[in-house]
Amino acid sequence: MDSQQIAKMIEERFAGQVLGTTTFAGQVGVSLKKDMIREVCLFLRDEPTLTMDHLADLTAVDFSRYPGDQGPRFEVVYNLISIPFRHRIRLKVRVPEENPRIPSVAGVWNTANWHERETYDLMGIVFDNHPDLRRILLPEDWEGHPLRKEYPLKGY
Amino acid sequence: MIQHVLEEGYVSTTIDEFLNYCRSCSIWPMTFGLACCAIEMIQYYSAPQHDFDRFGTVPRPSPRQSDLLLVAGTLTKKMAPIVRRVYDQMPEPRYVIAMGSCACSGGIFNTYSVVQGVDNIVPVDVYIPGCPPRPEALMNGIVKLQEKIKQEHYVRK
Repeated sequence: MDSQQIAKMIEERFAGQVLGTTTFAGQVGVSLKKDMIREVCLFLRDEPTLTMDHLADLTAVDFSRYPGDQGPRFEVVYNLISIPFRHRIRLKVRVPEENPRIPSVAGVWNTANWHERETYDLMGIVFDNHPDLRRILLPEDWEGHPLRKEYPLKGY
Repeated sequence: MIQHVLEEGYVSTTIDEFLNYCRSCSIWPMTFGLACCAIEMIQYYSAPQHDFDRFGTVPRPSPRQSDLLLVAGTLTKKMAPIVRRVYDQMPEPRYVIAMGSCACSGGIFNTYSVVQGVDNIVPVDVYIPGCPPRPEALMNGIVKLQEKIKQEHYVRK
């Protein structure tokens, strides 16, 4: 099964959640809304023909300095791989700046625990129902989220 | 080191010189490999072409048993109090070598989370620049530290 078919399966199952699909260099990214991201991830992991059992990466992008971008400021990106079938898909979820909260998928893949802690530490996106959301790279009492675009390189 | 040969089998020297010579030939480092420089440090330790054991250095895992702190790699602000604590646990006389550009001055990482040089945290005796410095450069640094030790005086004030 290739990534386009996986994108189609997601669209059929969660019709109201998919905002679009982009393809670039053979890689497919599905843009979703953030409310049911956990159910989408459970479906992708548990469906027998898909079995996306490996969360390769969970990261975030700050679009505040991107020329021509209108939408919400942050985008959380999930890169999923299926080990038995060897197909891949990318999920992209936009998160607004005023309320940077998104449901956590730490219960779906255990590796998301530390990836979400890193995203919280560096970008400031809060993951709801995360078992232990605290800073992982910077000292605990650090203020600010350094990978946001307005944070200066040398710090304060 | 030998100052006079008195008669056959008897030589004279000063206590300082003898002590310094013994100390410089038995530097026991506590290695603080933080980042990529640790690989070159390991190479200096165990590779047969730059064997460190011939200088008398025996790496000790504990700071309480060592007299050289070999800081190799980038020091982040989160790690800084730990380096200070390890340095404080070392008994005197103790020496510090800053190995690599990041330990000397922060290197290319002039950022929010990197301490710009380990000498902001502990006093450094020998700086070894390089990114990473070759094991021969580290060897040169150890030899320079040996020369520095040989200039110390304990009996003469």
